[in-house]
Amino acid sequence: MTATAQSEPQAGAISALMPLLRGLVWGGLGFALGAAFVGVLRTIDGRDFWSLELSMTFGYAIGIVGWLFGAGVWERWGREWLGLSTREGPTGWHRYFAFTTDHKIIGIQYLVTFMLLFLVAGLFAVLIRMQLLTPEASMLSEDSYNRVMSLHGIIMIAVAVAVVIGGFGNYFVPLLIGAEDVAFPRINALSFWMVPPVAIMLLAAQAVGGWDSGWTAYPPLSTQAASPGHIFFTLAIITFGISSILGGLNFLATIIYMRAPGMTWGRLPIFVWSMFATAILALLFTQFFAAAMLMVTLDRIADTSFFVAEAGGEPILYQHIFWFYSHPAVYIFVLPGLGVTLEILAHFSRKPLFAYKWAVGGLLGIVGLSALVWAHHMFVSGMDSRLIAPFLVTTEIISVPTGLVFLSALGTIWMGRLWLRTPMLFALAVVFNFMIGGITGIFLADAPTDVSLSDTYFVVAHFHYTIIGGEIFALFAAVYYWFPKITGKMYSERLGQLHFWLMFLSFNATFIPMFWAGLNGMNRRIASYTPDLQEINIVISVMGFIMAVSFLPFVYNMVRSVIWGEKAEADPWRARTLEWRVPSPPPLENFPAPPRVTGNPYDYGVPNAPAHGVLAVAGASEEDEA
Amino acid sequence: MAVATMHVEAEEKLRAKINQAGLWMFFLSETFLFSALATARFVIAGTGRPEDLNQLLGLGITSILLVSSLTAYRSEVAIARGDRSAFQRNLLATILLGLVFVIGVGFEWSSAEFELSDPFGTAFFSMTGVHAAHVVSGIFMLGLLYWLSLRGHFSAKKHWGVEATVKYWHFVDVVWVFFYPILYLISS
Repeated sequence: MTATAQSEPQAGAISALMPLLRGLVWGGLGFALGAAFVGVLRTIDGRDFWSLELSMTFGYAIGIVGWLFGAGVWERWGREWLGLSTREGPTGWHRYFAFTTDHKIIGIQYLVTFMLLFLVAGLFAVLIRMQLLTPEASMLSEDSYNRVMSLHGIIMIAVAVAVVIGGFGNYFVPLLIGAEDVAFPRINALSFWMVPPVAIMLLAAQAVGGWDSGWTAYPPLSTQAASPGHIFFTLAIITFGISSILGGLNFLATIIYMRAPGMTWGRLPIFVWSMFATAILALLFTQFFAAAMLMVTLDRIADTSFFVAEAGGEPILYQHIFWFYSHPAVYIFVLPGLGVTLEILAHFSRKPLFAYKWAVGGLLGIVGLSALVWAHHMFVSGMDSRLIAPFLVTTEIISVPTGLVFLSALGTIWMGRLWLRTPMLFALAVVFNFMIGGITGIFLADAPTDVSLSDTYFVVAHFHYTIIGGEIFALFAAVYYWFPKITGKMYSERLGQLHFWLMFLSFNATFIPMFWAGLNGMNRRIASYTPDLQEINIVISVMGFIMAVSFLPFVYNMVRSVIWGEKAEADPWRARTLEWRVPSPPPLENFPAPPRVTGNPYDYGVPNAPAHGVLAVAGASEEDEA
Repeated sequence: MAVATMHVEAEEKLRAKINQAGLWMFFLSETFLFSALATARFVIAGTGRPEDLNQLLGLGITSILLVSSLTAYRSEVAIARGDRSAFQRNLLATILLGLVFVIGVGFEWSSAEFELSDPFGTAFFSMTGVHAAHVVSGIFMLGLLYWLSLRGHFSAKKHWGVEATVKYWHFVDVVWVFFYPILYLISS
């Protein structure tokens, strides 16, 4: 907060929002330009000037460039392309609302944005559960139920993709490897500033009728439904894909080239390894999501027939392309979560991470296999039945590397001196939840059982166990673990534990009964169900509401602690990794000089183990080189 | 002093390595996009192609794009030698050839006998369209390079912008080397 005082001259709230306003104006102008371009071409061709989906697509394509340029790309970067000098951005707290290259600020921008989206999409889940209190569509119409369900799905997927990677990855990967920033700081800022249009488009889609094809947007529904909300969806997702790809590229380059002297691959903290694995997935596979969305867009606006069966297209092709990204995406969610979990388990068990090399091998093995399992989502799609057996086998095989990671977690806890503070509780919960998620996954990987479980609440329960249980719990573990480092304040342990127990118990009480509902034939994505399932649905809904309430102490704790919290030490957890060697919050560019890494990150209780890293004094390193 | 210079040099070397890596990762990622489109072509349209595809035009624009890669390469070599006028000459030639390619694709689009809604038409128009969009963005970047070179930017030692753009141009060219046979030559 001292930074605010130093930047008094421009402390006005209006001037802080200037970059955003400029972005909106330039974006609007870009939109008008793009739409007018199409309009003129259409008029020449003798058709109406305005065609909602076509004008929208072209307007959006130019509009997003306008938004980015207005929000800061032009001043901080684009001027260079024309040989002009770039301008400095704002200082002080204004940086949080501006195109800023500091990885720590970008991390917080991601974290806060996606936490807010998480809470909003959580409210949509509450709406869904309210509807499902009764067996017939009473509170929401069937149509609006489908739209709410779709919106909940895609926003949560976006949160799952970006919250840990964009938030904690950006903030802590450079700190953990002893770097001053990421490899491409401006691309990093660019990735973040593509996110607001995505959120705006998804929410704005509701004004024109939304879309009701779920987050998976299968054709023929997504290509034939009349609502222009579908086009908002595809455009938003393509944008988000580009952001995700650039993020992955940045992390790979950072981890490969920016490690401090002595930070060998074998000394890399496991969270950094998990980010490395995730970045590979994001860099390569996201293109398929973008390609699938591009094809849907073309089918809608350009009269192509990728997925139009009567014109010779192939609807199942969509599912292949879509899941070729979207199964690896499951690992984009979960791997950083597992990385955080292993990280915290080691620090709070006061033991070296068990089987470090096998855990790393497990993470990379998952990356390798993740490209070979996608069709297990399609056992009932009507695809060529010869594909079923191979995909059943590869899917089963992927539990081997996942098992390695899991065993590393168990081995780390085993005989450890567990320090049961809030981050550790959340990390232990990940181990428990992910076990349930993993075991129930076997029934979905096995085609014989999957045929009857497909599209039931069994699937819903399973993927909530892997994504909430495996990633969102890890997200909260990370929030509590790194809160003192990011804010320089300590959170309230009492409120933290209250949040944990409320969330952990209500989460399990919500989703365990869903397995039962699914086994009894309750279909997913439908507003109504058979009356005999009402009792179990009331239980699920009530537990779900309690889970929603569990975030109140969390939000209160965060706000209260940031403002009035006790001052935190630089290293409240007595952890060995590099981020704890610098003050809280870390200064700009993190380290006075590149730190020297001399030992393993997790050698707790190992006799004569050298420190993981020591800070070099500024200037000393240059003498060494001479 | 000498130490400081060494330090700066080491940093510049690292920067160059990081830039190269970033560029190649971008290409790798883009390869996935293009292969998704190529895969779709085989799934929806099989290995067939219409008889009335304009083979002469296809061969023509392919050759033009290949030659443009040569001029792009020569412009990069020229600036690496510090020969500014040869650099600009070859840059202009590349832009020109790129424009001819795009016009060729546009002509093909307007004269094609098959419909956008045919399976082959879907594959053909979307593959050539996405590729042409990349060519257009390449032309745009080459244009920026030309503008910058007029203002005295780039030297034998500092020309990463040129190197990156030319590599991108080659990449887009290589994509076409795959797309051309997939669209024009394969037939069952």
